[in-house]
Amino acid sequence: MTRAILLVLLSHWRMHRLQLVTLLTGIALATGLWSAVQAINAEARASYARASDQLALGQFDEIRDPAGSISLSRYVDLRRAGWQVAAVLDGSIRIEGQTVRVMGIDMVSAPALPAVTQTEQSATPPEPADILTAPGRLLVSPDLAPVFEGLDGYPPVIVSTALPPSFVLTDIGVAESLLDRSGQISRLIVLPEQPLDIPSLGDVAPGLIRTSPASQLDTAQLTDSFHLNLSAFGLLSFAVGLFIVHGTVGLAFSHRRGMIRTLRALGVAMPHLVRIILFELVTLALVGGVLGLVLGFFIAGALLPDVAATLRGLYGAPVDGQLSLRPAWALAGLLMAIGGTLAASVHALWRLSEMPLLAGPGVQAWRGSATSWRITAVTGVTMIAGGGICFAMFGGLLAGFVMLAGLLTGAALLLPLVLSLLLAALSRRANGPVAQWVWADMWSQLPGLSLAMMALLLALAANIGVGTMVSSFRLTFTGWLDQRLVSELYITAGDDAQGQLISEWLAPKTDAILPIRSVELPHETGPLFLYGVVDDPTYSEHWPLIARSPEAWARVHNDRAVLINEQLARRANLWPGDVLTLPPDHTLPIVGVYSDYGNPTGQAIVAMPVLDSIVPKVPTRRFGIRVDPSVATDLAQTLRDRFGLPTSAVVQQSAMKAQSLAIFDKTFVVTSALNVLTLGVAGFAILTSLLTLWTQRLPQVAPIWALGQTRAQLARLELVRSVLLAGLTAVLALPLGLLLAWVLLAVINVQAFGWRLPMHLFPADWLRLFLLTMLAAAVAAALPALRLLRLPPADLLKVFANER
Amino acid sequence: MLLTLDHVRKSYPGGRPVLNDVSLSLDAGQTLALTGESGSGKSTLLHVAAALDGFDGGEVTLKGSPLSPLDDAGRAELRRNSLSLVFQQFNLIPSLTVAQNLALHARLADRYDPDWVAHLADRLGLTELVDRYPEHLSGGQQQRVAIGRAMASKPALLLADEPTGNLDETASAVVLDLMLGLVAETGAALLLVTHSMDIAARLDRRAHLSGGKIT
Amino acid sequence: MNVRALLVFLVFPLSAFAQGYAGLGTSAEGFSTPKPGYEFQFPQDHGPHPDYRIEWWYLTANLQGADGQDYGIQWTLFRSALKPFESDGWQSPQLWMGHAAVTTPDNHYFSERLSRGGIGQAGVQADPFDAWIDDWHMRGDGLDHLALAASGTEFSYDLTLTASGPLVFHGDRGYSVKSADGQASHYYSQPFYTVEGVLRLPTGDVAVTGQGWLDREWSSQPLSEDQSGWDWFSLSFDSGQKLMAFRLRGERGDFTSATWIEADGKSATLDDGSVQFTPLATHNVADRDVPTRWRVSLPDKGVEVDVNAITPSAWMGTRFEYWEGPVRVSGSHTGQGYLEMTGY
Repeated sequence: MTRAILLVLLSHWRMHRLQLVTLLTGIALATGLWSAVQAINAEARASYARASDQLALGQFDEIRDPAGSISLSRYVDLRRAGWQVAAVLDGSIRIEGQTVRVMGIDMVSAPALPAVTQTEQSATPPEPADILTAPGRLLVSPDLAPVFEGLDGYPPVIVSTALPPSFVLTDIGVAESLLDRSGQISRLIVLPEQPLDIPSLGDVAPGLIRTSPASQLDTAQLTDSFHLNLSAFGLLSFAVGLFIVHGTVGLAFSHRRGMIRTLRALGVAMPHLVRIILFELVTLALVGGVLGLVLGFFIAGALLPDVAATLRGLYGAPVDGQLSLRPAWALAGLLMAIGGTLAASVHALWRLSEMPLLAGPGVQAWRGSATSWRITAVTGVTMIAGGGICFAMFGGLLAGFVMLAGLLTGAALLLPLVLSLLLAALSRRANGPVAQWVWADMWSQLPGLSLAMMALLLALAANIGVGTMVSSFRLTFTGWLDQRLVSELYITAGDDAQGQLISEWLAPKTDAILPIRSVELPHETGPLFLYGVVDDPTYSEHWPLIARSPEAWARVHNDRAVLINEQLARRANLWPGDVLTLPPDHTLPIVGVYSDYGNPTGQAIVAMPVLDSIVPKVPTRRFGIRVDPSVATDLAQTLRDRFGLPTSAVVQQSAMKAQSLAIFDKTFVVTSALNVLTLGVAGFAILTSLLTLWTQRLPQVAPIWALGQTRAQLARLELVRSVLLAGLTAVLALPLGLLLAWVLLAVINVQAFGWRLPMHLFPADWLRLFLLTMLAAAVAAALPALRLLRLPPADLLKVFANER
Repeated sequence: MLLTLDHVRKSYPGGRPVLNDVSLSLDAGQTLALTGESGSGKSTLLHVAAALDGFDGGEVTLKGSPLSPLDDAGRAELRRNSLSLVFQQFNLIPSLTVAQNLALHARLADRYDPDWVAHLADRLGLTELVDRYPEHLSGGQQQRVAIGRAMASKPALLLADEPTGNLDETASAVVLDLMLGLVAETGAALLLVTHSMDIAARLDRRAHLSGGKIT
Repeated sequence: MNVRALLVFLVFPLSAFAQGYAGLGTSAEGFSTPKPGYEFQFPQDHGPHPDYRIEWWYLTANLQGADGQDYGIQWTLFRSALKPFESDGWQSPQLWMGHAAVTTPDNHYFSERLSRGGIGQAGVQADPFDAWIDDWHMRGDGLDHLALAASGTEFSYDLTLTASGPLVFHGDRGYSVKSADGQASHYYSQPFYTVEGVLRLPTGDVAVTGQGWLDREWSSQPLSEDQSGWDWFSLSFDSGQKLMAFRLRGERGDFTSATWIEADGKSATLDDGSVQFTPLATHNVADRDVPTRWRVSLPDKGVEVDVNAITPSAWMGTRFEYWEGPVRVSGSHTGQGYLEMTGY
């Protein structure tokens, strides 16, 4: 019996192939976009975890010199005092135009890294002598194997899959010469076992600072907000996709009411039928889910390289551009597909199961009613309020997203009521019978179209909101770059001595030389970079302060005052008037807060003498040079030639800006891609809704036709109706989108990145989006309109013949 | 007795009585026409007899089993296994072919006999149409499929509600002839609801429903 | 890390052979090999010989607390050369490994250190004498007066050593043969130290006094291929006489050698077969059965003694594992000493 019932149910899809395609597409789109985002996130997170395992990051305390590198003799001093520490030299080299991270560890005393273990457990382990003595060996990540192939002048290469991408691991002795940093150590890993009674760090090596793993910069934490952003967009796409599923399932079920009733008359019990329908839905969800996974895999594959580039550029997080298929991801995607499909179908299924056996036959419209709109509207208002209350109570990024979700879904739920009130008002004010009919007809069509319009509203609002956010950010960022990057040239010297030589040589040739000297200090909010500046009007004229005490710059130079970046200000809640405490016991009054976009860490600026008093003998290798812009290019080349500096060590302002903007733009490639896809899904939702309404159209259109309108006129009115409805929705989406943008700029960004951005308005973008929406609506309505145009008059006549 | 209605009472939700102490019985192989005005409750009586609808008082007994103790699932099983229905609206499954529609009830009841169904198709003049879908058939053809679907499970009782109500005269005659012929051939009992005295005259017995009572 | 596991094979070529490493053949490429008739030069020869593959400064001491409680300490610095020279910086081919231990009757504390040469983290200099790795050191003016220190996560010690006798040269004037095939090392000892100082233990500080024994040995030739381990005894009898004796266990038969040392430091080498070693009882430690009670017979000198481990669980669970601990001697002669056993 079950088989016979299933065959009957499935025969429906053979008859209504478009419905099947729509349903599967809806499930596939929802699952696909969501899964794509999840795949990207999972890949990135896996990369962080792998890198941090592979490099034993975050497992050990570390010792650093805030003034720069640690000398070999200090390492030996510590060792001979009993401190069990392992030396590490970090750096990067450019090979074949690619930046490669190099980590040199003392292979004799460092804890076992997976790559080393893997290499030594291989079939042909290298001799210790080969690894430890010249020329040494480079363990490289697989992506680098072809890069090193055929290159002379490097030690032999051993490929290890247990390394992050673009990474070279080698003995510290080899790294020294590879990085040309003989005798330098970047950091010391404090090994877990220490002997009894070792003297304190301050006694053996004053000036060195020990940090626990917790206060080291953790990539996963740093990038959490970025991934949460992506997830939120994934969820939005999923929701929009589910609108399609909801609409299609509702329609399919209303089409099948007659079939269901007949089956029941023929002796099939309702619970049995519901079980089989559930099975059918799950099967369809699985098919759509698998399609979605394939789709998601390709979308993720296409987007991942950009995401990887962003994460590397913005956070220095090592992310592989290669996507791998993870069973957990596929399983989660399928569960989302099934869960989403069932959630979108539960209403339809419930109505079906409540359907009386003997009600009159015929297709009943899948529609809400004025009362149910009011109920949805009240639900909507409740959700908006709930989201707001949640944020007010808990705060934080997650609560921010809950508020956003509440705002968006709430607004979507309010839409049918708002549209119906609007249409009713317009219909009352319309002149002429056709115009009146058009408004009234739109009003009557609203129940069938409201879901599609809700999807459209969400997609449009998201587009406007995110677009406004990104564009505002870009505008602010560009302005900020102009303020911040004022020097015409930026120079990085090989060492302190060369820096000295260069600045002496440059002094008579330039307007100003601005040394850039910084140290990394631990702070309760994480690592903090302290910069020293000289007294030069360049800073006071250009530095972008968002909060300041009077005479801020004068106080920096005269009163040991400090300026901090916005990230630090918001994280530690420090503002002008507060004090910044730095180790060991410096307290500096804060006189200003400056914006510092794109920087994940805390930063502070003091006068150069103050920096020297906090951490003496910080080498100066970087300089900003103020010169006449017209001579900058020549001077850059002269500098390179005279001091043998690599191209990358002398950078012109314009190149630096271009580089920064390129990183910025990459950051939002994914966001815009998801935006466009979401809008596409919404357009598809309109199309499916119009197509599903088609079956109910004839009885409504036939009387108008009979009253003397041609089919061409009716077809045109079909188009107009769709475009008008979409237009109304787009108009309503504008304030919602701007509200969304404001939340993103003033709430989400502050929580996620630590900076608040001014909001700019971009009416031209809105206009473009508005036209795009109308176009999408017209295209979606074109197919039904074309059908109407080609409809044989006999079919319209049938309406009257069959009227019951 | 195959089917007995014993003092059956039923009211609409508003309280208006539809069936008021109706008693009726039908023996195996008998045919009975139930006539009455529009709204006289004859369709309701058929629904009650077919276990499609409940009743407020009295008892309906089918093949010796009383219906009142049965729940939804029990009544569904009864409909599936003990009787067949023909409706005025045909109620074919639009997405199934004629052949699939013909076999549907028999398959649901697990009594599908391909030879018998082929024979039915032949008797009903549907052999050429088995691969078509209902929407491509005339009303008469659709009702013939519905009759075939009902007879395919070899029911002891056939309940038909205005089977010719949506058909023109010629088609009506054909459909009625075929239905009565098949009922006679299989020895099934028939309860037929109609407003036409001409049709009623062709059956073994007649009952007239008026004001909720058999007169 | 495995680099270090491999280093251990270099430091202990024996175990490398035991595991089938044939690469380190007796014909040591570019390394010097011990020669009979070598003339020791001091203080230079107290220092390292980077052109030899392996070398050690190996000190053990039997100590007693004020309450007569027995203690033992070990301080060892191994040198292993990847290549037969020394160079400055991280890429020095000289590798150093330190082992230190304190043995009490109930416990055995040990620690291990690794370093490479060339950067100053570990090394040995002959004059003034200084051998060190990290915070461990053995230093003094010549070998007659030494300050000795080491530390681990649970212990540390600070001791002073004073020699009361001359250096003793094993084998043929310091040329010590290790197998019938002729593998050999340069080997001398200072077995006449009196020791005093403080042990720092989890139970508290203990002031100790006692006797110490330093072994100096270098070679480039590991043992014969069939040899799987050794049992090495350094015994100090209450009579003032001392005995160094070892047995190298081989498939082709054991190879034994011994040095009899009179109280005044005069010594005599006893050839293969002169000493008999008979395990009397074993103790299960680190999942293996190790003989911790021995009968040692040296009929030539009238020695017939039982050697008993004070702490049978004195297992060195370092990267290369072995047994090393203090012993008590009874029988024809009484006394104390140290026992080292490898390859179990």
